[in-house]
Amino acid sequence: MNRSVTLWRAGLLFVALAIVLPVLVVMSSLAQPFGDVWQHLADTVLKDYVSNSLLLMLGVGFGTFMIGVSGAWLTSMCEFPGRRFFDWALLLPMAMPAYIIAYTYTGMLDFSGPVQTMLRDWFGWGYGDYWFPEIRSVGGAVCMLSLVLYPYVYLITRAAFLEQSTAVLEVSRSLGNGPWRTLCFVALPLARPAIVAGMSLALMETLADYGTVQYFGVNTFTTGIFRTWFGLGELQTAAQLSSLLLLFVFVLIVLERWSRLKMRYHHTSSRQKYLARVRLRGVRGAIAFAICFAAIAFGFILPCLQLSVWAIETWEYAFDGDFLKLVLHSFSLAVMASLCCLVVAVFLAYGKRINNGGFENISVRVSGMGYAIPGTVIAVGVIIPFAWFDNQLDAWMRSQFDISTGLLLSGTVVALVFAYVVRFLSVSLQTVESGLLKIKPTLDEAARSLGHTPAQVLTRVHFPMLRISMMTALILVFVDVLKELPATLILRPFNYNTLAVRAYELAADERLAESAFPALAIVLIGLVPVILLVKAMNLQYRE
Amino acid sequence: MFQNNVLRLLLPAFLALAVFVSTPVSADEVNVYSARKEKLIKPLLDRFTEETGIVVNLVTGKGDALLTRLQSEGKNSPADLLITTDAGRLYRAQQAGVLQPISSQTLETVVPESLREPTGLWFGLSKRARVIVYAKDRVKAEELSSYAALVDEKWKGRICIRSSSNIYNQSLVASMIVNQGLEATEAWSKGIVKNMARPPQGGDRDQIKAVAAGQCDIAVVNSYYLGAMITGKDEKQQEAAAQVGLFWPDQEGRGTHVNVSGAGVIQSAPNKAAAIQLLEFLVAEESQQWYAEVNNEYPVREGVESSELLKSWGEFKGDDIDMAKLGEFNAEAVKVMDRAGWK
Repeated sequence: MNRSVTLWRAGLLFVALAIVLPVLVVMSSLAQPFGDVWQHLADTVLKDYVSNSLLLMLGVGFGTFMIGVSGAWLTSMCEFPGRRFFDWALLLPMAMPAYIIAYTYTGMLDFSGPVQTMLRDWFGWGYGDYWFPEIRSVGGAVCMLSLVLYPYVYLITRAAFLEQSTAVLEVSRSLGNGPWRTLCFVALPLARPAIVAGMSLALMETLADYGTVQYFGVNTFTTGIFRTWFGLGELQTAAQLSSLLLLFVFVLIVLERWSRLKMRYHHTSSRQKYLARVRLRGVRGAIAFAICFAAIAFGFILPCLQLSVWAIETWEYAFDGDFLKLVLHSFSLAVMASLCCLVVAVFLAYGKRINNGGFENISVRVSGMGYAIPGTVIAVGVIIPFAWFDNQLDAWMRSQFDISTGLLLSGTVVALVFAYVVRFLSVSLQTVESGLLKIKPTLDEAARSLGHTPAQVLTRVHFPMLRISMMTALILVFVDVLKELPATLILRPFNYNTLAVRAYELAADERLAESAFPALAIVLIGLVPVILLVKAMNLQYRE
Repeated sequence: MFQNNVLRLLLPAFLALAVFVSTPVSADEVNVYSARKEKLIKPLLDRFTEETGIVVNLVTGKGDALLTRLQSEGKNSPADLLITTDAGRLYRAQQAGVLQPISSQTLETVVPESLREPTGLWFGLSKRARVIVYAKDRVKAEELSSYAALVDEKWKGRICIRSSSNIYNQSLVASMIVNQGLEATEAWSKGIVKNMARPPQGGDRDQIKAVAAGQCDIAVVNSYYLGAMITGKDEKQQEAAAQVGLFWPDQEGRGTHVNVSGAGVIQSAPNKAAAIQLLEFLVAEESQQWYAEVNNEYPVREGVESSELLKSWGEFKGDDIDMAKLGEFNAEAVKVMDRAGWK
């Protein structure tokens, strides 16, 4: 084997190992004895945890698929009033943290909120006289999470639809398939890796979600992990629970991969021209408009209005001297983390492509697992090895040179950014990988046979073709880090707050209105790159 | 090429950042890990810096998470002081061996014995009382008496209380286990679950709002949340708070359940003297008044002028149970509530 390929292989294993380390720290708990607490959990609450988590997954899976895929299909294949606006606007809810949307809807819809109060005033009802859907329920949580997570499915699927070879779709049409049949039997199966990538991101995020379900009083596996840790004081058992959750996700992913068998998804011909969009007129146009508009209205406009109302009430209090610092911290962390994630993701995905061995496959797959683990648990997995390393180094330096290095990396931005990479690598990895999958392997072979090294193939052949995928990866992680809370909370250095931390602290203290200002800032900062992304995508697919 | 350049640029940048960020230990600093939220501690710390010139570095977070961070950082941890919002976490920190005993004349005279660890591992800084609020138009104060009486048949479908994951519910139940034993407490928890108007959800303010809106008639909450609704700017919350009354439970018995926010000096504290100085500052008269004014908490110090609102709620007798017990029985309390089906 070529020397540079071997080097790449060694590098890949090293990087994957580093990324997997925190996950391994968590998983190592499985080797510990399962304590008495397990008996207690099994007797009382475990069944609830599992069934609620499964319900949540099914619901969010269905919700994100329906909204994401139909939005992607409508905006990429059809023409209807407002289509150009929806192209990018459908991404807006991505900037909204799930726990924030949960707070705002609860504020609006719960029993003492304005909606129900108004209904009672109008009709003279009292408690128990009427039925109103309970927002704080599994169903409510499904709605909230679907509304903010569908953009993952939308974004990746839309790119896949846009890149699909015209020829295939034209063949389908010419064989007498209408748009619906073409969608169901040709476009959807072809877009499967993209849809699965989007949905697995949404579902992993769902499983790791703590803020929303905890606020809604829905006991899921993740709230169980924290209850076991904080309430029962059993970190060990909590880590074991996290590990089981992780194994479950791993099995799901492996099953999905396995079910693809030998299917390949790259295009056999490059796209020459764009398929004419199907014009939706009259009622059908109105329906298309309504579907897209509803997603944005509920996922973005309404909660933003509520946040704005609160923010206007409280801005004097919220906008203190520190506020700009919060913005700066959030922004720079997000930039650093998204760059690191991208570099690692490209490295791993490409390394896997040139060495398609079983071991590479598994190590790449495993290094993307962090996304399904709650941020707090990841943070613990990061703290332990970092502190160990720092303390070892300190001891060694003391004994050799009588210098104390103290904690070199723990409690610094480095540890924090590393945790983000562990947690969010999956996002960039999935995006880059599904981009790479679409590039024909024969291109690599041609370039290699013309004397390019693997690195040159990557930079000179793949990078130009991956531009959009890489940008998508950057922006998805950027927005995720902006919203990230639990790992930031534990790992951040002294005097280092972010917008998410500020919003959380106020919300956790039940000062929802005051938390609106930083929350709105998160949304606004998250919007900028999202809009940039859409602009870039549109340039690429300019009709 | 491209990657090499990026690396060449990034690496030194990161190293510089790491050096820049890792705070050097100097004499005029004190490093605080705080489970009290920034807004509820920073103003006091700023005042401390103003008075003494000692810079306070702060990280806030959840109590258990901070404790885990402390434990893994070990003897090189930069932390000097751990502040928590409940006695249970202080007890856990004590069990984990991350605190060191402090002897300070000031602290020992100011902080009552039941609100501190006997050897000086930690000290209570403010008191938080768990009270009953009731809808003034539907419930008379005379109908209420103790926590135990809440399981009475007459409250069926009328009680709002938050999840058993909430630390103050856990502490309340822990205190009951200490006082009445496991069996009685489990029976009580089951009774509460039976009397709930709805499955537990939301925070303490939400329980108060639900009482005001008529979803339930009484709720068990920490008093400062009611205070925050009354003194806050939100008109709807003010209206809701105006519709409920505050009742001090167990005045005939062992007293209203009280928890503390408190702090202890870290075993490896590099700035021990400054940490003690800060602790003493936090129990000084002015600081103690601040807790009452800003967050409607009760001072641990005797004879501190309290806020108008707290005066209007009147004097109360607090349960003087040993705070450490709350921590000791916390896990047991969670198990009891799990068995009772308290979500």
